[in-house]
Amino acid sequence: MDGFSPELWESLRLTIELASLTTVILLMLGTPLAWWIARSKSLWAEAVATIIALPLVLPPTVLGFYLLALLGPNGLGGLLASLWGGATLAFTFAGLVVGSVLSALPLVVQPIRNAFAAMGNRPLEVAATLRASPLCAFFTVALPLARTGVLTGAIIGFAHTIGTFGIVLMIGGNIPGRTKVLSAYLFDYVQTSRWREASWLAGAMVIFAFAVILTLSLIDKYSGRRST
Amino acid sequence: MRIATPGRVDVAFSGSIAGSSIDTQFSVPAKGVTAIFGPPGCGKTTLARCIAGLEPLPNGFCAIDGEVWQDRTTFRPPHLRPIGYVFQEPSLFSHLSVRRNLLYGAPKPKPTPIAFDEVVELLQIAPLLDRSPSHLSGGERQRVAIGRALLSQPRLLVMDEPLGALDACARREILSFIERLPEKLALPMIYIGHDMAEIERLADYLVMMERGVVTAAGPLHVLQRDPAQLAASREAAVSPDAVVSGYDGRYGLLILRLKGARLLVPAPPFAPGAHQRLRIAASDVSVAREAPRAGSMINVFPARIRACLPLGAAEITLVLALGTGGSGTEILARITRFSFDSLGLKDGMDVFAQLKHVSLLSASEPPLQIVTPSTPAADPDQASAAA
Repeated sequence: MDGFSPELWESLRLTIELASLTTVILLMLGTPLAWWIARSKSLWAEAVATIIALPLVLPPTVLGFYLLALLGPNGLGGLLASLWGGATLAFTFAGLVVGSVLSALPLVVQPIRNAFAAMGNRPLEVAATLRASPLCAFFTVALPLARTGVLTGAIIGFAHTIGTFGIVLMIGGNIPGRTKVLSAYLFDYVQTSRWREASWLAGAMVIFAFAVILTLSLIDKYSGRRST
Repeated sequence: MRIATPGRVDVAFSGSIAGSSIDTQFSVPAKGVTAIFGPPGCGKTTLARCIAGLEPLPNGFCAIDGEVWQDRTTFRPPHLRPIGYVFQEPSLFSHLSVRRNLLYGAPKPKPTPIAFDEVVELLQIAPLLDRSPSHLSGGERQRVAIGRALLSQPRLLVMDEPLGALDACARREILSFIERLPEKLALPMIYIGHDMAEIERLADYLVMMERGVVTAAGPLHVLQRDPAQLAASREAAVSPDAVVSGYDGRYGLLILRLKGARLLVPAPPFAPGAHQRLRIAASDVSVAREAPRAGSMINVFPARIRACLPLGAAEITLVLALGTGGSGTEILARITRFSFDSLGLKDGMDVFAQLKHVSLLSASEPPLQIVTPSTPAADPDQASAAA
């Protein structure tokens, strides 16, 4: 393992930090969003769902391009950054978080939305006839019943962020210690023909991806058995 | 403008929900069991959901015992209506144990009018408390659902075809539990059903619906002998409440007192003074001009013809008031038009009513029976008699 610099460990820490923070934000943003989309009968809900789904089909470079414009000095991000004396959100960790959240949002919203839709209206009606206010019913009935969907969403969100590359390159700028995550490291290894390190890193990420997908399948199977 | 009346359940909803329209208005006492009866799809469930506030209909009116839940200016959302609602499917929360399901709607301060232990005892759910709802049978789930609704301390209990999703065995089991509720709890109940046999056992008041419209409302026994309502049907019957006045141990006959009659019915003994609901079908009653001298029927009483209603071309349903002078309980008799003419019967005539068959529907104090969840005991309430 001599070929691995301390920078790589720094990058691993950064990657996990990014994925964790992104997952927390995804759940806080995605859960109410999924709830609204699943229950609203208005056309707006579908329109919003479509916008959320766009990163699934667009190349990451397109999202990256718009984010650069948005986060850059002349965009909203620049305005925001000026609050603490910065000039831009592009090429920063914060910018990376924004990009990761947007690109993983459709993957997180989908399973949570499905879980909310699958439970139907009845549990909430029952809760209402048992004096639970809508907010109380959401936390004591809807959320626990949708827990499998939420867990699935969280795992997918985390894993997707670990594996994200295109958006990282577009708005991260590949700055060691700040925005240089594992996938970018691998790119560097390949560029500099360090095949041995590259194969180690790539192999590790394959194992990680395998573990994630296996976990998801097991959750699915286990919760499926529970509900019958 | 409608006003809320203490001691009554006042309901009026009209409008259209999801393509089906209802036009309903009724007022019944806020005590005992009110059955809403009608064919499937006639809007009974929609009406119940309106009462619970689950279907927001503008221009609706709903007041329970003087408390307005909904009128022109107010609409209490469902969670602010003190209602207990039992859905057709038990709909227990699958992520909570039976105990936590029961306590979900229970107010936190401990002493409550309807106590946890009392409900557990009444519905016999003690052995189920720590289980998950997914491990219960259909009947057990519905019992827990009823208990959960009761523990939310409602001022009105609405049961929307609570037996609808159950098999015959579980239906009998749950029905006997529901029968016991009114005497244990001073709580008005609305029971929705399309099976007259259930309603005859449970109801004190009846609201009849057809194609979204309330066609009649009133005490069950009045509608049962109303020519315009149930008396005109082929299954016409009355279900009066009798008082147990003794037991003839030699012949195994229960002695029951109705106004104007003393009935002998083969049945297990019950405590004297207990109330017992009977069912006397019109087709099980015949009439004679003179007292039969020798015959096998033991329930023969003087009666007076109160009304004669033609049923089809060949039959006539008579409304008979039991007792000399016709001052007692009214029952129905179905006879052929041929007999009617050949006996020379007419309105106001004194005759003898012969009751071939009297069914015991329910008992306020049933004989000791342990109804276990897995093997429901033989139903004590279906005891019936042929003379």
